[in-house]
Amino acid sequence: MNNLKTDPSKLKNEEMILNMGPQHPSMHGVLRLELVTDGETVKECIPHIGYLHRCFEKHAEALNYQQIIPFVDRMDYISSMNNDHVFVMGVEKMLGIDQSIPKRVEYIRVLVCELNRIASHLIAIGTYGMDIGAVTPFFFCFKEREHILNLLEWASGARLLYNYIWIGGLFYDLPVGFEQRCSEFLIQFKPKMRELDELLTNNSIFISRTQNIGVLPLDVAINYGCSGPMLRGSGINYDLRRIDGYSVYPELDFEIPIGAGKMGTTGDCWDRFDVRVREISESIKIAEQCIERLTKELKRSPEFDPRAKLPKKLIPKAQEFYCRGEMPKGELGYYFIADGKSDKPFRCKARAASFSNLSVLPELAKGAMIADLIAILGSIDIVLGEVDR
Amino acid sequence: MMNEKISHLIKESFGEQAVLSTDFSGLQGTIVVQTNLIADICLLLRNHPTCYFDYLSCLSGVDLGIEKNQFAVVYHLSSITLGYQIALKVIIDHPRDTPQLPIVPTVSQVWRTADWHEREAYDLVGIYFEGHPDLRRILCPDDWEGYALRKDYVAAESYGGLKINGEVKTNE
Repeated sequence: MNNLKTDPSKLKNEEMILNMGPQHPSMHGVLRLELVTDGETVKECIPHIGYLHRCFEKHAEALNYQQIIPFVDRMDYISSMNNDHVFVMGVEKMLGIDQSIPKRVEYIRVLVCELNRIASHLIAIGTYGMDIGAVTPFFFCFKEREHILNLLEWASGARLLYNYIWIGGLFYDLPVGFEQRCSEFLIQFKPKMRELDELLTNNSIFISRTQNIGVLPLDVAINYGCSGPMLRGSGINYDLRRIDGYSVYPELDFEIPIGAGKMGTTGDCWDRFDVRVREISESIKIAEQCIERLTKELKRSPEFDPRAKLPKKLIPKAQEFYCRGEMPKGELGYYFIADGKSDKPFRCKARAASFSNLSVLPELAKGAMIADLIAILGSIDIVLGEVDR
Repeated sequence: MMNEKISHLIKESFGEQAVLSTDFSGLQGTIVVQTNLIADICLLLRNHPTCYFDYLSCLSGVDLGIEKNQFAVVYHLSSITLGYQIALKVIIDHPRDTPQLPIVPTVSQVWRTADWHEREAYDLVGIYFEGHPDLRRILCPDDWEGYALRKDYVAAESYGGLKINGEVKTNE
């Protein structure tokens, strides 16, 4: 089997094929890039994916909806809560019970999702700094992320793969004292973000490595199906939390940061990075509002049972439905086909955000330097578990 | 309302027979269109000022069941400018014992994101996209046999010397 798409015999004199990955830390997992280079310049970049392919969709056809949730966790394994939330939302809509979910459950879902979003963005920021050569921010980010993981572990029992959000409810209510510890974390976390800004976002070396690099014009971004910070970095105010207004997001007050070309051109690597940094502050805002409501009007009570609305019979009527939601990487969608007879989906296709975001890489890499390619790839923020599913 | 408008728009431009059936009763509207017209219809819907479907959310290949002998490709379009969503669908009758694959025209020249999505549908469901610039397997290795998401798929005994579905040994 030939592992190259390019034919080496057809290369021009000065051209060379360079293989990057799959086993390299700056590939963010097991991604392999086949580069045709001319000196330091990338002439063509061909991503080879699939090293982590587990065929989630085939597994899903053999399991009932509740049993799929642990599999969904393992797609984007650093923001499992968000994966679960979108999946659960889709099934609830198909069952027609999405309006009867208790408010407290919805707020807890949004709270844990936003905490997970912060954790995911911290990884994106930290590893991006490391890709470019700044090792210190990585430790800053991972230290803070550890606090979030501890909180989520306390709630769900798992550090990364939570299986916490269930169809019709939650695994358990939040543990006693969670709200307080969470708000304590947020209070100490806010100044750390300013520290990180000084250390990385406004660092002149970092800026000169990322400004005007990997510029993604808006029309190209839309045509390639980019979403999330990739799309917003190119300067469009498009966030499904606002557009679709699912769950309790319409009741919450938050802004949608977009790239404006502050350090160069709109849609460059710095803009995408900056969108993520500012999104963390917005997620903190959302989490604070959730905690406030969870401690005041939606206070815990002994009668509250997060499993009360779990459907006894999980058989949606025959229909097709595409459910989408905003996860840290972008638009995550599930396309369900239910046949109305069984509790297993006839087809369950996942539209992964990283998959579409990564497909724009050949376009961005054309003409870039090899060192900049790492900067571009890092700014896309892929998780290979989601690309390959 | 919008769904009917779009279906009307397709009929107006390509004739009554272009739309095979519509279903607007469920959570999302679906329009089943003629297979050979899908690329033109997509181009029209992307550019027409009443809908501007500039964003292809998802493209999925579906095996509609062993006894039906039908395959489908579903296109989930969404308009960033106007905020609509709709699903287009093509259904191909195809006997499954033939070595040929069901053929659908590509839409990768309309939305570039369809490039990878179509490669995925080709890889997992075995649908041939006519006119695709680079139709290779994307998730499975190039020499993988069969199409995993077909309903009658049986995994090979082994791949590259490794047993598939071999005996699982548990710790004692």
